[in-house]
Amino acid sequence: MSEAIIFENVSYTYNDGEENAVKALNDVSLSVHEGEFLALVGRNGSGKSTLAKMMNGLILPDKGKVISFGFDTQNKDTIFEVRKRVGLVFQNPDNQMVASIVEEDIAFGPENLGVKREEIIERVDFALKSVGMEEYRKSTPFKMSGGQKQRIAIAGVLAMLPKALVLDESTAMLDPKGRKEVLDVVKKLNKEEGITVVLITHYMEEALDSDRIAVMDNGKILKEGTPKEIFCDYELIDKAGLKLPTLLNIARRLKEEGVKFDGEIFSEEELTEALCRLL
Amino acid sequence: MSIVIENLSFTYGKKTPYKKQALKNVSFTVNEGDFLGIIGHTGSGKSTLIQHINGLIKIEEGKIKVFDIDLSQKKPDLKLLRRKVGMVFQYPEYQLFDETVEKDVAFGPKNLKMSEEEIKQSVKEAIELVGLDYESIKDKSPFEISGGQKRRVAIAGVIAMKPKVLILDEPTAGLDPKGKEEILELILKLKESSAHTVIMIGHDIDELSRYVKRLIVLNDGQLVYDAKPAKLFENREKLEEMGLDVPIAYKLKCALSEKGVKMGEVANDDDFVREYLKIYKEKRN
Repeated sequence: MSEAIIFENVSYTYNDGEENAVKALNDVSLSVHEGEFLALVGRNGSGKSTLAKMMNGLILPDKGKVISFGFDTQNKDTIFEVRKRVGLVFQNPDNQMVASIVEEDIAFGPENLGVKREEIIERVDFALKSVGMEEYRKSTPFKMSGGQKQRIAIAGVLAMLPKALVLDESTAMLDPKGRKEVLDVVKKLNKEEGITVVLITHYMEEALDSDRIAVMDNGKILKEGTPKEIFCDYELIDKAGLKLPTLLNIARRLKEEGVKFDGEIFSEEELTEALCRLL
Repeated sequence: MSIVIENLSFTYGKKTPYKKQALKNVSFTVNEGDFLGIIGHTGSGKSTLIQHINGLIKIEEGKIKVFDIDLSQKKPDLKLLRRKVGMVFQYPEYQLFDETVEKDVAFGPKNLKMSEEEIKQSVKEAIELVGLDYESIKDKSPFEISGGQKRRVAIAGVIAMKPKVLILDEPTAGLDPKGKEEILELILKLKESSAHTVIMIGHDIDELSRYVKRLIVLNDGQLVYDAKPAKLFENREKLEEMGLDVPIAYKLKCALSEKGVKMGEVANDDDFVREYLKIYKEKRN
């Protein structure tokens, strides 16, 4: 498997040398595989957003290096090659709109790259279709729901034809319906278009569906693994200040009360089956 | 009774092409000591409703009485109302503005024209009540503290006015899992020690059903259910039609029930674990 983004011994300190210096990343090494769906979890202030912003060179490392699709993010000559390949979507849908008409908003990125008009139109079509918002082409984003706005923000990134999509808590401000809309779109892009996805989230249920989870704490990666490997490691979950997805937490509490499960519990059906068998 | 709402209706943008009826004939009563949750999908009228209770929206149709303040009157005493009903908005930390934490928390009490002495005392109490160390935080800028601390300071600003009813609009939005739990435990503590009546809007039904004792469901501006959580979830299909989920614990109870395992009332994880263990232990004895 080839690597999309490689972090090699990366450290970063905000306000370095000043009184209010904060060490955000401490010697982090991590590889994001091409085509995978990676969830990045950890408490507030653990370094997730700093890591995300390094993926397309919005923040450059103090020490170590970040290689995005073969380009060192510290090389000024190729930074636009990196930005074309890695798109970021942020938390607040209202802060990411630049135009008052949806299609103009989506065309903003490719226009800046000097893409030809005919191709821009094609890309806008593709982007709107991918997020399921074709009929909103001529609408204004300001009256839309949060979930719709985030889908437009994702479409704006897709118009750049990126290879990787990094979502920094992009579902945090949405209601359950909006979250599902955005997640469904992201999962589809990952599966059907082969776009590499890095999802930063506080919702453990969202991480449950990923290929791989990286747990951060205190500027370091505590552990990488499949959802099963991560969520079966109760000690890690507690140490990182996380919580298990509700279903797994119920199983954990029953276990701790002495209920002896046979086999692995990872879904509602598995838990239901196991609980019935024990009675 | 703390709050009585009768036949409340409200329409945004009346006489414009954009008009939208946000509330239709809503009636309910909040009793002193209630821990009430309000749920409904985005646009169901939740925010419009609570803004009425705090006098931020003028009544168009219907009646609201908060303690002995009749909001349907021409000029209700809004100052007194806001002293009794404290409102914590979504992402309240965005509203922090003053130079120091102490001054920020004192803003509300000052507006209520409390005496200097009273202000100082209530600010100190409020900061301690939200679990922060008064001495070490009072002179800090509200912008240099962590996200979780900011939210606590914002809540302290409301608590310092000593409200009898506390209304919170999605108080845990955007926090990490531990931060969420801490804020919810704080709300529980505030309910026991300070404001005795709490109304909370939320989207996470698993979280909400762990805390509230009563749930009101709004759909398209109408109050469709008002029940205790375990009873409300019996309307699972109807709730799902409205785009609302039931807690995972309740889903598990249903799944077990289909396989012939009958449990008592289940509204949340605690209930499920307790009820299951009861059966589990009976079978083993």
